[in-house]
Amino acid sequence: MYSRAYKSAVTIPPLLWVTAFLLVPYALLFCCSFWSVSPQQTIIHNWNLQNYLQLIRNPIYLSVLFRSMRIAGAVTLLALLLGYPLAYFLSFHAAKRKDLLYQLVIIPLWASYLVRGYAWKTILGSDGVLNGLLQYLHITRHPVEFFLYSPFAVVLTLTHIYTPFTFLPIYASLEHVPRNLVEASHDLGASPWSTFRRVILPLSLPGVLAGATFAFVLTLGDFLAPLLVGGASGIMISNIVVSLFGAAYNWPLGAAISLCMLLLVLSLLFATERLERKLTLS
Amino acid sequence: MTLPMAQSVAAPVRTDSLLSIREVVKRFGTRPVLRSISLEVASGEFLTILGESGSGKTTLLRLIAGFEQLDGGEIWISGERLDQIPPHRRPVNTVFQSYALFPHLNVFDNVAYGLRAKNIAKTEIPNRVAQALDMVKMSEYARSSPARLSGGQQQRVALARALVNRPRVLLLDEPLSALDANLRRQMQIELKALQREVGITFIFVTHDQEEAMALSDRIALLRSGFLEQIAGPREIYGRPASAYVAQFVGQTNLLRADVQDGLARAGPLRWRTAETSKDVVFSLRPECIRLVTPAAPLQPADDSIARFRARILNQTFGGAMDTLELDCGSSQSLRARIASPGTLSGEHEFEFRASDAIAVRDEESS
Repeated sequence: MYSRAYKSAVTIPPLLWVTAFLLVPYALLFCCSFWSVSPQQTIIHNWNLQNYLQLIRNPIYLSVLFRSMRIAGAVTLLALLLGYPLAYFLSFHAAKRKDLLYQLVIIPLWASYLVRGYAWKTILGSDGVLNGLLQYLHITRHPVEFFLYSPFAVVLTLTHIYTPFTFLPIYASLEHVPRNLVEASHDLGASPWSTFRRVILPLSLPGVLAGATFAFVLTLGDFLAPLLVGGASGIMISNIVVSLFGAAYNWPLGAAISLCMLLLVLSLLFATERLERKLTLS
Repeated sequence: MTLPMAQSVAAPVRTDSLLSIREVVKRFGTRPVLRSISLEVASGEFLTILGESGSGKTTLLRLIAGFEQLDGGEIWISGERLDQIPPHRRPVNTVFQSYALFPHLNVFDNVAYGLRAKNIAKTEIPNRVAQALDMVKMSEYARSSPARLSGGQQQRVALARALVNRPRVLLLDEPLSALDANLRRQMQIELKALQREVGITFIFVTHDQEEAMALSDRIALLRSGFLEQIAGPREIYGRPASAYVAQFVGQTNLLRADVQDGLARAGPLRWRTAETSKDVVFSLRPECIRLVTPAAPLQPADDSIARFRARILNQTFGGAMDTLELDCGSSQSLRARIASPGTLSGEHEFEFRASDAIAVRDEESS
């Protein structure tokens, strides 16, 4: 079919790219995670498992990891609760306004992540929009401090940022539900609610799974939102990695955490893919 | 163009009427799709709604199923107003054109879907599903996924899924159109047998006139939103109400005749008629034209048989029957279908019975 030259021309550049900018760095990261740092702040190449042992022994790392997973779980849940009904409404009931509403959901994605992060900072701060409103309405007397610099603020910001990512695959899967199946269900005597539960929801589960995976994985690796609105109590695992590679200058420990995170995310993706295949085949 | 007589061709109200469609109107936006359709469907009847695409036949079916809302008129089922009931409470079931089997459920669960939706006792469900699958000879596929079945098998499952609910009326939306010709003929026979067996009223939508004639007790022919004629297959073929019906159901010759004193003339052809108006269009089926053999008796003097000489323009071999294109002179041509006479050429004598020329309504010429 295709000439050898053509095949090489299309496959070799991307392979080189992935090797140079993905596989080699991962290999370096992998090696680095078994090295250590000397008291003089230089990296010494004595191979050992100290970094990994430290991750298990020092409770701070595990507790921040669990907090990150809790935040990621909360964001995933909220994004699904917001994204699914929206996608359902758009796909089944929006009729002529479908395209407009779809654009309205997509447009926030064009705005810079930082802009959206700072926007929440302005809204939630002690002299921010929300506290101003609450005081103006005499609901509170003093600014509420926990709005900003808390896990709550991180969850709120990340839910806002990642809900479109959850919405999109759900919307796509709902659009792919054949409408004559919905009619067939009504025809066979199933009420609208029963039709949703027994036909629409099962057929859109692959989209739900993909959307949930997006929200969870993207949140788990996020470090900007905690930096902007998280404060001390909202620190996530990626913030620790950032500081280890930066101010703390402990690349080996940072590399070890990164690899653990990578493994965690990969096994999650593997599991959801297996589940999705099972859902679509049955 | 005069208005086709939608109301006047509706069948008289029958005493055994199960489904009553009364002056039903449907528009999509400003475009009228159905313009005052009235018809009665008898209990246990196999009624076919026949029409070309865009005639409104599928829309009529979807109105009965409840997937579309009426813009006018009423639909009644055994004395109850049907069109105000939501689709999931109507005592009718549909077999969809593309079958619409649930891909995430196996054959058994597809068939059980309607029973579960109606909260039929759990102990009763396996029996009824097994019965329905047995009826369409699909018992051994109960655990299969619909995706693994052939088109014909999916068709059978779709039938079982609808019939298991024991609907008052079964609606079938071109259910055989996706099947290849051989399977299609086989399914036609099975479908007809099945309908006799279960005794449920079938309303069958198709654009295939042969299929309609093979299956139906009556055929309702729709044309751009009007009911053109409703009658049994033999009557609709033998006594078409209009030129359109005559051409749509089977092939025909349309003869524009000049009638005077009980004699119709079209080119060199003349035959006796009871029509009194001056310009009449007659439909003459190709198989009503016969080749006159030397042994044939002389032409009767009363013009009850029209005899004419014609030149054979073309002969198409068709197995048992050949199709002849005839030039009768005076630019009057005819198509004849006669039992294979061997190869013919030149001029021959042909005839047809005057009673086989059927006067039809023809809105294009009037």
